Amino acid sequence: MGRYFAIRIGRAALTIVLVVTFAFIVLRLSGDPALMILGPEAPPEVLAAFRKAWGLDDPIWAQYFDYFGAIAKGELGRSMRDGRPAIELVLERIPATLALTLPAFFFKVALGIPAGTYAALHRGSGIDRAVMMTAVAGFTVPSFVLALLLVLVFAVQLGWLPSGGQDSWRHAILPIATLSLGGAAVLARFTRSAMLEVLGQPYIRTASAKGVPWRKVVTSHALPNAAIPTVTILGFMVGTLIAGAVVVESVFAWPGVGRLLVVAVANRDLAVVQCILLLVAMTMVTSNLIVDFLYGFLDPRLRSKGAHA
Amino acid sequence: MSPPLVEVSAISRTYAMRSGMFGRAAAVHAVDGVSLTIARGQTLGLVGESGSGKSTTGRIVLGLEPPDSGEVRFDGKPMAAPGTTAWRAQRARMQMIFQDPLGALDRRLPVAAQIREPLDIHDIGTPAVREERVRELLRAVELTPAHGARYPGALSGGQRQRIVLARALATKPDFLVCDEPVSALDVSIQAQVVNLLCDLQAQLSLTLLFISHDLRVVRQISNVVAVMYLGRIVEIGSADDLFARPEHPYTQALVSASPAPGRRSAGRIVLSGDPPNPAARPAGCAFHPRCPSAIARCKSEVPALETVGGDRQVACHLVTGAATRDAA
Amino acid sequence: MTDATLKDTAVRRRISLPAIPVSVALAIAWIVAMLVIAAFAEKIAPYGFTQLDLRNRLAAPGNAAHWLGTDELGRDVLSRLLVSIRISLLIAFGATAISAVAGTTLGFLAAHFRGAVEQLVLMLSDFQASMPFLIMALAVLAFFGNSLPLLIGLMGLFGWERYARIARGLAISANAQGYAAAVRQLGATPSRIYLRHILPNIASTLIVSTTLVFPEVILMESGLSFLGLGVQPPMTSLGNMVGYGREYLTRAPWIMLAPATTIVVTTLAVSVIGDWLRDRLDPTLQ
Repeated sequence: MGRYFAIRIGRAALTIVLVVTFAFIVLRLSGDPALMILGPEAPPEVLAAFRKAWGLDDPIWAQYFDYFGAIAKGELGRSMRDGRPAIELVLERIPATLALTLPAFFFKVALGIPAGTYAALHRGSGIDRAVMMTAVAGFTVPSFVLALLLVLVFAVQLGWLPSGGQDSWRHAILPIATLSLGGAAVLARFTRSAMLEVLGQPYIRTASAKGVPWRKVVTSHALPNAAIPTVTILGFMVGTLIAGAVVVESVFAWPGVGRLLVVAVANRDLAVVQCILLLVAMTMVTSNLIVDFLYGFLDPRLRSKGAHA
Repeated sequence: MSPPLVEVSAISRTYAMRSGMFGRAAAVHAVDGVSLTIARGQTLGLVGESGSGKSTTGRIVLGLEPPDSGEVRFDGKPMAAPGTTAWRAQRARMQMIFQDPLGALDRRLPVAAQIREPLDIHDIGTPAVREERVRELLRAVELTPAHGARYPGALSGGQRQRIVLARALATKPDFLVCDEPVSALDVSIQAQVVNLLCDLQAQLSLTLLFISHDLRVVRQISNVVAVMYLGRIVEIGSADDLFARPEHPYTQALVSASPAPGRRSAGRIVLSGDPPNPAARPAGCAFHPRCPSAIARCKSEVPALETVGGDRQVACHLVTGAATRDAA
Repeated sequence: MTDATLKDTAVRRRISLPAIPVSVALAIAWIVAMLVIAAFAEKIAPYGFTQLDLRNRLAAPGNAAHWLGTDELGRDVLSRLLVSIRISLLIAFGATAISAVAGTTLGFLAAHFRGAVEQLVLMLSDFQASMPFLIMALAVLAFFGNSLPLLIGLMGLFGWERYARIARGLAISANAQGYAAAVRQLGATPSRIYLRHILPNIASTLIVSTTLVFPEVILMESGLSFLGLGVQPPMTSLGNMVGYGREYLTRAPWIMLAPATTIVVTTLAVSVIGDWLRDRLDPTLQ
C-alpha cells in the first residue's frame, strides 16, 4: 500500500519534471529567453542581469538545473505588458475562473452521473435515447458554438441575460450553462458505458440470479464498480478547473485565467504563458494523484498489482 | 559416418517468474542441463507433460531463444544469436511447425502468399519459380492450387497444418522442430498429418525434433525418444526398445497409461501426487514425490543420466544403482 | 475454379456488401461531399473568398446572388465556407495522418525494443494524456508564432498516444504468439513483420481510433482559430469564420451559423461512421 502511493507520487513528480523540461526546451528553441521573457524593449543592463541571474552564459545542462531552481523559488518572470510578476497576474485571475468552473463542475456531476446511470439501467428506453442523443450533441457541438447559440437565444432574442462581462451573478449564468451542458453530456455518456459494462459482468448476473433484489444489486454491486472508471474522468475534470474555460471565458469576456492565457498567447507574453502552463500541470498532477489515492481505496486490487498501469 | 546434424550440449534456461507485481521473483528452471544429438535424417521424439520444458528445449534447439548456458551446434557450427542477420539467414535451413496452425498463419493473407513468404524473405528464385514452387509444395502436402487462394479462416484445421508444413518446407530446410503439431487436431486428422510428415521426412531426408505429450504419435514417427520431467531428460533410447522396456519409473507410468498393440493393459501404473510444478522443483530426483518406488537417496541426491546398456540412458538411482551393482 | 473457391468468393462478396444503416449512409455521403468540396473548393465557389461586394454588405441568405448571404465586407459566405472547409479538412487530415503514423511507429518501437524505449514511450504518452492539449497547443503557439505547417504539425501531436498504446499492446500480443512469431522464425526482418503482417492485422482497430481522433482535431483547430490563434487571416477556416461572425451575431447570425453547422455535422458524421465501424470491425473496443 505504502509502495503504491510512493510510486504514484514519484510519477507525479516525474510529470512535473517533464512539463518543466517541455517549457525549457520550447523556451530555448524559440530564441533568446532573456528577450522573450523581458521583452524587446528591456534595457541592456536588465537583460544582462537577467542572463546572469538565469545563468544564460552557463552550459546548457547547468541552465537546465538553474531553471528548475528558479521555478522552485517561484521566479516565473514578469509580464511583458505591465512588468508585474507573472505569478501575481495569474493568481489574481483564479477566483474569477473558479466562480465559473466550480458551479459548472457541480452541475456536470449532478446532471451527468444520474442521467448516465438512469440511461444504463433503462437501456433502450426513450430516456436512454434522449440521453445518448444529448451526449452525442455535447461532443459534436463545440463549446464556442454552444456559447454563441445560448447568447443568440437568451441574450439577443429573448433579452433575459447579459451576453458578456462580469458585473453581476446574472453574467455568470450563460458561461456556467455552456460549461455544464458540454461536460454533463460527456459525463453521462461515460457513466452510461461504465455502468453497462459493469451490468454485463457475470457477478451481476449471479447476484440477480441468486434472487438479490435488483435495487440492491444496483446499489451494492453495480454502482461501486462503475464508480471506479467514472472517478478517472472526474479527476480529469477537476484538473481542468483552472484552465478548462479558455474558450468560454473568451466568448463571454470573463476576466479569468483562460482569457488571460488567450491574450498572453496573442501578445506572446511568454512569462505569463509559461506560468499558466506550470500551474495547469500542477493542478492536473495533483488531481491525478488524488484520483490515484481514491482508486487505492475504491479498488483494493489495484494496490497490489496495478502499480505500472 | 557424418557428424550429427544437431548437437545440444548441457543447455539450461531459467525464467524469473513473479507472483504479482511485487512478489519476489522465483527462478524457474525450465530447462536444466539437457544434452541431445540428432543424426541426419533421424527423428528424435521429445516426450513429457506440460511444464516439463520440452517446448522451451525445442525453441532453444531451433535458436529462437538463446540458452543461459550450454550450446547448440547445427551442422557443426554454433547457432547465431537471435535477431542477427546471420540468424535470419540460418532460418532457411531450419523451420518450426506450431501447435496452433490458425495462430501461426496470418488471417489477412491468402495461404499461397504465406507459403511463398520464406522464398520472398530469403530471396530464392524468380517470381515465376516461386509461384511454381508454391504449387509444388501444395501438391506435396496433398492440397490443390485452389486451396492456395483461400484465407486461413476458410480452411479446416488439418488443411491449415498442411499449409504450415508447406511453408516450413518452402526453403528446403534440413531440420524441422514440430511442437505438438497434431495435438490441436481431431484424432482422425492426426493420423493423416503424421503419415504425411513421415512420408515427407523419408522423401526429403529431413531431420526432425518431434515434441509431443502423445506417446502413440511419438512412437509412430520417432527413431529415438527422450523423456523429460521438470526440465531434465530422465530417459533416452531408441523408440521401439524404450517403449517395449521402459526403465525409468516415470517412463513406465507414461507407457502404461498409453494403450499399445501387443501389450496387455493390465498393470497400469497410476501416478499419485501433484502434477509437476516448474516453480517448486523438489530436491533430489524431481520425480520422487510421485514415484511409487522412491528410496531415501532419491530425496537428497539428483540422479545423473547414465548409460545402462546399448543406447539407453536413464537418470534413476534405482536403475543405475542396480546396473552398477550388476556390472560390479 | 472448384466449387469450394466459388463458395468462398460468394461468401466474401456477401461480407463486403453489408446493409448500411440510413444514418451511416447519410454520414458517408456528407463526408464524401466535404471531400469533394475540399478538393474543388475554388472551382465550385461562386466568388473569390476574399472578393468584396461593397453594395451587398451583410446581405441575408436566400438571395439569388449570395445563397448564404454576405459578411460585413460583402464577401460571399458560401465561397468563404467552401474554402474554409478545404483548410479545416486539410489541417484535420494532415494532423490525423501525422498522429496516426507517429503514434503507431512509436507503439511498434516500444513493442519491438521493450525495456527503456518502451518505458520512454509509455511515460510520454501518460504525460500527453494527462495534460490538457489546448493549453500545450496555446503554449507552443505563444512561443513559436503561427503558420499553417506549424499548425498542422501541432495538431499532429494530438492523439498520438492512443495509437501508440493500441499499436504497442497489439504488437506485443502478436509477437508473443501466433503469426508474428511464426513469420519471425521464417527469418523475416522486423520491418517486414511489422509492416506486412502486424499492421494489416491491427489496421481496423487503428482506423476506429482515427474516427475518434479526427473529430477532436477538427474541434481543436476550430477552437484555436475561433480564438484567433489558429489559422490567420486572410486565410480562413471554419473556426475562423465562427469567430469572425461572432461580432455580427445580432445583425447577421448567418455568418456564424453556416460554418458552425458545418463543424457540427462533420464531427457528427465522422462519429457516426466511427461507431458503426467499431461495431463491425472491432467488437473488443467499447
